[in-house]
Amino acid sequence: MSTYRDTLLLANVSRRHFLKGLAASGALVLAARWDLSLAQDEEEASYGADGMPHGWVDDPNVFIRIDEDGTVTVVNHRAEMGQGIRTSLVMVVADELGADWDRVRVEQAIGHEERYGNQDTDGSRSMRHWFDPMRRAAAAARTMLEQAAAEQWEVPVEECRAGVHVVIHAPSGRELGLGALAAAASQLPVPERDTLRLKSRDEWRYIGRENVKTDRPLAIDGEDIVTGRAVYGADVMLDDMLYAVIARPPVYGATLASVDDSAALEVPGVVRVVEIDGAVQPAGFAPLGGVAVVAENTWAAIQGRDALEIEWDTESAGDNAGYDSTAYREALEEAARSPGRVIREQGDIEAALADAETRLEATYYMPHLAHATMEPPAALARLADGKAEIWAPVQSPQAARDGVAGRLGLEPEDVTVNVTLLGGGFGRKSKPDFVLEAASLAGEFEGRPVRVQWTREDDIQHDYFHAVSVDRLEAGLDGDGKALAWRHRTLSPSIGSLFGPDPKHKVDFELGMGFTATPFDIPAMSLENPEAAAHVRIGWYRAVYNLPHAFAIQSFVAEMAEAAGRDHRDYLLELLGPARQIDPREINEGWNYGEDPERYPVDIGRLRAVVEKATEEAGWGRDLPEGRGLGLAVHHSFVSYTAVVFDVEVDGDGGLTIHSADIAFDCGPQVNPERIRAQMEGACVMGIGNALHSEITVSEGRIEQDNFHQYLIPRMPQAPRVTRVHLINDSSEAPMGGVGEPGVPPVTPALCNAIFAATGKRIRRLPIGDQLVS
Amino acid sequence: MVTLTINGEDHELDVPEQMPLLWALRDVVGLTGTKFGCGMAQCGACTVHLDGEAVRSCVTPVAQAQGRAITTLEAIGDDEVGSRVQQAWLDLGVAQCGYCQGGQIMSATALLKQTPDPDDERILDAMAGNLCRCGTYNRIRQAIHRAAAHGEEQA
Repeated sequence: MSTYRDTLLLANVSRRHFLKGLAASGALVLAARWDLSLAQDEEEASYGADGMPHGWVDDPNVFIRIDEDGTVTVVNHRAEMGQGIRTSLVMVVADELGADWDRVRVEQAIGHEERYGNQDTDGSRSMRHWFDPMRRAAAAARTMLEQAAAEQWEVPVEECRAGVHVVIHAPSGRELGLGALAAAASQLPVPERDTLRLKSRDEWRYIGRENVKTDRPLAIDGEDIVTGRAVYGADVMLDDMLYAVIARPPVYGATLASVDDSAALEVPGVVRVVEIDGAVQPAGFAPLGGVAVVAENTWAAIQGRDALEIEWDTESAGDNAGYDSTAYREALEEAARSPGRVIREQGDIEAALADAETRLEATYYMPHLAHATMEPPAALARLADGKAEIWAPVQSPQAARDGVAGRLGLEPEDVTVNVTLLGGGFGRKSKPDFVLEAASLAGEFEGRPVRVQWTREDDIQHDYFHAVSVDRLEAGLDGDGKALAWRHRTLSPSIGSLFGPDPKHKVDFELGMGFTATPFDIPAMSLENPEAAAHVRIGWYRAVYNLPHAFAIQSFVAEMAEAAGRDHRDYLLELLGPARQIDPREINEGWNYGEDPERYPVDIGRLRAVVEKATEEAGWGRDLPEGRGLGLAVHHSFVSYTAVVFDVEVDGDGGLTIHSADIAFDCGPQVNPERIRAQMEGACVMGIGNALHSEITVSEGRIEQDNFHQYLIPRMPQAPRVTRVHLINDSSEAPMGGVGEPGVPPVTPALCNAIFAATGKRIRRLPIGDQLVS
Repeated sequence: MVTLTINGEDHELDVPEQMPLLWALRDVVGLTGTKFGCGMAQCGACTVHLDGEAVRSCVTPVAQAQGRAITTLEAIGDDEVGSRVQQAWLDLGVAQCGYCQGGQIMSATALLKQTPDPDDERILDAMAGNLCRCGTYNRIRQAIHRAAAHGEEQA
C-alpha cells in the first residue's frame, strides 16, 4: 500500500551498518551477532519483506533478551494501534523459544530500521512479513540455550530440548531455567539460519490457539488500558514541558499572509507565538505550516489560538482554493462517460456490448473520508545538545526519524523516535507531519520538551483524506442473463499527488487494490482509468482504494443478478467461475501487494469458499418479513479473502437496524485467531460508517466538517446486534494473508445490497445519509 | 486557586476557573488516563465521575467540579462495580487500540450503578455517547452484561 512512498525512500536504504545488540543494563544479553551480510543480499529480492526498505532482521540479539531471573524481554518493532501486534508477534517468539507467557515482557523498539528491519506498520503485513523472521530469531535463541545446557551437563545437544521456560535433558530428567542458561548462551555463536529447527504446529502452545490459559491476560496491554496506565502519544509527561496548538492554512497550499498575535499573547499561560514553515505542494510528510501558540498547558494554547487574527494567502494554493466537492463529483461522473487509460482488456468489449440482449450501467460515488482516529495526532519533541528525542504515536517511525532529521538539520543517528501506543492509526499515523511540527517547535525552545496537540477540528480539517471516487460500470448480458461484457472506469485522485507532480491517474498499487485483478470469468472486459486531479492532501485510509472498487463492483454484480432475474449468490459464484488459481501477472496485476505472484495467486477457490461459508452461516435464501433483507459481498485484498452477509431491517421511517453480520474470512494460517475476530468485528463497524454517514465535503477549498457532530462515525446503536466471524482455511499450506484491512472493503456493498433486498432502494452514492427516508 | 477532590485526594490548582476539568487532570495533575477526543462532549473519551455521575470532563469547567468527588479511570478499580467492569473488559478482550476504553469503562460503570442489570436497549441508550473508532461496540455491550451478571452471582 505504500509502494509509491517506498520507492521514494529507497534512496536511504544503503545506510545499514554494523550495530551493537540491545544495550541492557543489569541484564544478560545474548551477545553474539547475526552476520548481516546474508539479509543484506536478500534485500535485493523484490517480494514480501525482502522488497521493503531495510528489509527484515532475524537476529535473536536484536529481538530477545533474557534476564538472570528468567524474565524474557521481546522487542516489538511494529506499531501497536489496536491490531494486537504487541501480543501476536510476541506470541510467535514466546512459542518458538519455549517461554512461559507469564514471564514474557515486551519492549517497544525505537525507530531504527538498520537495527530492526522495516518498521512501516501498514499494508496489513506485520504478521505475513515477520512471522518467519521472528520464529527464526526465537529458534536461534532456543538453540543457543539448548547448546549452553548441553555444555553444562556435558551431554550431546541432541538430548537437550527446550520445555516451558526450561531446557530439559530428556535421558536424565534434569532441567535448567532459561535465566540460568542466559549468560552461557550469550557467549555462543548464533547458529546458521539453515540449520535451525522450527517447531511443528503440534508443539505450539500459543500460536493459532484460542482461550489460552495464562495467569496474566494474553493481551499485553490489556491491564494498562483498563486502568489508565497505557501511554499514548499525549501521555508522555516531562518536566518543564510546553504545549502547543497550531493554526494551519484552511486550503491545501495556502500560506500565511499576516498574523496579529497581540490578543493571543495576553491569554494567561501563553508563552510565545511561533510561525511554522509550511510545505509547498506536494506536501509529502511536511507540515502544512501556520502559526503555533505555545503555552504552559493545552487549554491556554487552545484559547490563545482562538485569539489569533490571521489572514491567509490562498493564491499559492492555485486551483485548490476553488475546490468544491459537489462540482468535482459531477465532473468525475461526466469524465467517466469517456474512455480512459486502459489498464486491462480482454475480448472485444464494443462488439460484446453491441451483441448483448440486456445492457445495464451504473455510476457509484464514494466521498472523501477522514480517518478520525480517537486519539488525535500528538507528538512530543525535545532538542538538546544537537540531539532530538521524540515521543509519538507513529506507524512509520523511520519516516518520522528521517523527517525530523531533515527538519532540524541533524543526522538520523542524532534523532531518537520513541513509539508510544497509537490510539488508532488506520493510515493517518503513517504520515509524521505532526511529529515534524513538534520538532520545529522544539528547535525554537532548545532544551525544553514541546508537545504539539491536534484538536479534533485540526484532525478532521487537515487530514490526509481518503480519495473521493467515481466508478462507472457497464455490463452486457445474453438472453439467459449470462455476462458477456464488463466495462469498469475508475476515477480518483492519486496518493501519488502527495509526493510529486500529480499523476492524475491511479498508480499501480492503487489500481492493484481490487480493480486490475477483478476476478470474474467474463469473455469481454475493459478496465479503464480516466484522469482525476487532487485538490486536498490524499492519503491511505484503512483498505484504501479497495473501498470504492469493492463498493462499485460488488454492488454492480447484485444489480446484474437482479437484471438477470437470478439469485445474487448463485450469480456471483457463476461470475467467479470454477475454483482455479490465476497468476496476477496474466491479468496485468504486477503489484500484488508486493507479494510473490507464484506464492500468492488470485485464488478463485478461496473467493468461492468465503462466499459459500458466509451465505450458509447467514441462512441465505430464508424467508424474511417485509422490510427485511440479506445482502452479500466478497472481496480479495491484502492477499486475504473476505465475504460478508448482512441481515437488515428498514422501517417505514427509513430507520435501519442491522440484525446480524456473518463474516467469512480466509487469511491462511492464523497466529492469533481471537484478535483476527476482533479485527473483523471492528472492520465491520468501520465499513458500516463508511456506508451510512461519514463524508467530508469541501467548498472553496475548505473542509466543511470539523468535529463529530458533523463528521459522523458509527455509534453503538449502528453496530450489528450480532456479529459472527467465521475463520476458515487455517492451513499451513496456504500463504499467510493480511488481517487489519481486508475486513473492510466488502462491508459497505454488502450493507447496500441488504438494503436493496429489504427495500428495493439501490444506493449508488455514499453516504447513505437520509436516502432511506422516502 | 481551585481545590479539587480527585480520587479521594485534595489538590490545590492554580488554574482559571473556566479551564475544562480534562486539561486540569491531564496537564496540571498529571492523570493521563482521561483522554482528549473532541473537546465538545461528542465522543466520551474524557468521561469521569462527579459524585458517581458520568460527565464529560472536556466541557466541565473546574469551577463546577469544586466540592464534588471526582473519580477518574485510575481509581475506578477501587470501586466494586468499576473493578467488575474492568475485569469483564479483560475477560472479553474488548480493547483494540484502547484509547476510548477508559471513557467507555467510566460510562459503563455509571450505567451499572444506576441500572444493575440493563437490557440491550438500555445499554445502547447509555453508551451511544461514547465513540469507538476501532468498532468494539459488540464486545462492550457483552462486557457490560458480563459485569452485571457477575454482580448478581456475588449478591
